[in-house]
Amino acid sequence: MDRNQSRRQVAAMKQCLFDQDDANPNFVEEIVTLHYRDSSRLISSIEQALKERNLDFNKLDTLMHQFKGSSSSIGAKKVKAECNLFREYCREGNAEGCTRSFQQLKKEHGALRKKLEAYFQLARQAGPHETACRSK
Amino acid sequence: MNLTNGKGSTSTVTSAAVSDQFPAGLRVLVVDDDPTCLMILEKMLRTCLYEVTKCNRAETALTLLRENKSGFDIVISDVHMPDMDGFKLLEHIGLEMDLPVIMMSADDGKSVVMKGVTHGACDYLIKPVRIEALRNIWQHVVRKRKNEWKDTEQSGSAEEGDRQPKASDEADYSSSANEGSWRNSKKRRDEEDEAEERDDTSTLKKPRVVWSVELHQQFVAAVDQLGIDKAVPKKILELMNVPGLTRENVASHLQKYRLYLRRLSGVSQHQNNLNSSFLGSQEGTFGTMSSINGIDLQTLAVAGQLPAQSLATLQAAGLGRSTAKSGVPMPLMDQRNLFSFENPRLRFGEGQQQHLSSSKPVNLLHGIPTNMEPKQLTNLHQSSQSLGGLNMRVNASATQGNPLLMQMAPSQPRGQMLSENTGPRVPRLPSSLGQPTVSNGISNGLLCRNGVAGNNRGTAYNPVPPSSLLNFPMNQPSEMSVNNSFPLGSTPGISSITTKGSFQEEVTSGIKGSGIFPSYDIFNELHHHKSHDWDMTNPGLTYNASQHANPLQGGNIDVSPSVLVHQGFSSNQQTGQSRDAALIGKAMFSVGECLEQDNLQNTGQHLNPLLVDNTIRVKAERIPDASSQSNLFPEHYGQEDLMSALLKQEGMGPAEIEYELDGYSLDNIRV
Repeated sequence: MDRNQSRRQVAAMKQCLFDQDDANPNFVEEIVTLHYRDSSRLISSIEQALKERNLDFNKLDTLMHQFKGSSSSIGAKKVKAECNLFREYCREGNAEGCTRSFQQLKKEHGALRKKLEAYFQLARQAGPHETACRSK
Repeated sequence: MNLTNGKGSTSTVTSAAVSDQFPAGLRVLVVDDDPTCLMILEKMLRTCLYEVTKCNRAETALTLLRENKSGFDIVISDVHMPDMDGFKLLEHIGLEMDLPVIMMSADDGKSVVMKGVTHGACDYLIKPVRIEALRNIWQHVVRKRKNEWKDTEQSGSAEEGDRQPKASDEADYSSSANEGSWRNSKKRRDEEDEAEERDDTSTLKKPRVVWSVELHQQFVAAVDQLGIDKAVPKKILELMNVPGLTRENVASHLQKYRLYLRRLSGVSQHQNNLNSSFLGSQEGTFGTMSSINGIDLQTLAVAGQLPAQSLATLQAAGLGRSTAKSGVPMPLMDQRNLFSFENPRLRFGEGQQQHLSSSKPVNLLHGIPTNMEPKQLTNLHQSSQSLGGLNMRVNASATQGNPLLMQMAPSQPRGQMLSENTGPRVPRLPSSLGQPTVSNGISNGLLCRNGVAGNNRGTAYNPVPPSSLLNFPMNQPSEMSVNNSFPLGSTPGISSITTKGSFQEEVTSGIKGSGIFPSYDIFNELHHHKSHDWDMTNPGLTYNASQHANPLQGGNIDVSPSVLVHQGFSSNQQTGQSRDAALIGKAMFSVGECLEQDNLQNTGQHLNPLLVDNTIRVKAERIPDASSQSNLFPEHYGQEDLMSALLKQEGMGPAEIEYELDGYSLDNIRV
């Protein structure tokens, strides 16, 4: 199940990526790492913003938009879905909903990260010739 | 070298070879602040065998593009970026380089996509971007080239035109037509003659005329001679007697010029009020400014890259416009500052204008002072923001200030650029008028700050006193009173535009009226009472602008034209700049004609630029690096804002506007 989900994610990612690049077999891993580094920053900004007394929905929306773009680029479907939900709440000005959905989003984000990490580890173990993106 | 159609390169040699490989080797520039996305895109584009360059900042992208004018074939840009709005970047690129630009975003809302269309993006991709979508981006390059070529042909300069059966220009408008023509060209490419044609085409295709200072001066002289009302491209061309210049070049340039003038007149009116006071001081400055401007302009002209804005700013600066977006543009001061600024590039355009106008600086002021109608003033108020863009040249004396302003502009790369563009139209420093003399020095500094802080109102005209700069909001009631009313009025359109971009931040000061005057002076000369009349006469004009309340003044005109143009040309945008430009020009002309009165002309002119900018974004044809263009361009930026602002104000839907304008445009196409 985990594996499946991970694979799905990676498969989705592959749609956007052309992994079979001998020159850079770790491309996917690189992208994922980059994404997580970037998104952690975004997540903490969002968290910060959510802590404020009067939520600035515009700012939240902007931040989330960035996050959504990034996540969807790597194919993180569930995370992206949560992003959409969050933005909906933002648009409505529903603070409660925002916080809730953000928690959910963090969960998904973290879960995906774990899966991907596991996946990469496995891929590395499987052998250098098998690029990390080669998920079946 | 050029695998592709030799964009930017001598296609001649490789044409045959190129066609085989095309679209491989297409030089793409990707701009996105998200590093993940940037990397993924790069990877995908490489997979498509394109040559990719990444940037994560719009400023960097613009610099790259400017340094290497023909180094890229197509640009892909994200919509939401921290340093500059993607649409602003789009406008800039359209104006300066006329490259096809593809927007992309995770946001797939209809309004955003529509915005992309109106700004002239040739495509809009939704993230996550799929590789299949990227495989086809070369079609935009081809299409654009084809259209350019066609335009060239139309101007009668190309014999090659015969080769390519240019299906009517109208055909270009519809994408299907484009495809058809594309197919033709494609076929041609395959054939032997293709290479030939391509060569010719390439050479023709880059008919981007560089409107150098001299050229522009010649142009303005011709226009003045004929009378702004009667200035027809054909006659202007004859008068100018410049070999190699086509009627079409002149037509597009005239469009922009008209828009610019219109913008100025709107602003100048207010400025006049203010200016009158400054006139005395300004006159002196004008003289100085002219020389300075000339120099600056020259430099800028050479640069050729001066974004419309910069030119406008320059001009504004030269004229002493206080574009100071942030602070109250001190016309006098600003000018001084402007000069000191080094953003020659940006200001170049302005400088030019100013230069030209400087000859009659005094006149402008005189003529204008009374013009500022109260309502305009009020409008200005609103637009004060936009004033930033207006670059009111407020005081010729400010010439010095101008340079400063310009400098400021650069600091804010993106904002400034944009503001600059709009600048010409509206003296950015609307508020500065009030304080012209004083703060020049200070204002300059402030301006810089403001510029930096804000969108680069670039026109830092208004060296307005430091405090005022930021606060702009007409702190100087006394002086600015006029300004307030005026700038706002005139700038309404503009301000809206500027607000759109970075201006808003800068404009905060509420430049509402002050800054704008200065620049207008210059234009006023030309249009002299046009602005006034314009308002008055408008009623007659369908120009609907009336609806907007000061069509010229501010946004109305801009809005209308843009709306009109937008409607008509949105489709064209993609097809080809020249085409659009021509269309817009036509629309503009028609509008202008309607207005006929002097004012109208001004408006129209302003409109044109606006229209061109906003709606067509296609780069209204050669974005003249030269100053003249720049002046006009600044309006570009504002256009969109203006349009929206105006529309909002007026509560008119684009449809309305369009409808009204349509009547005119069709009838009076004077191109």
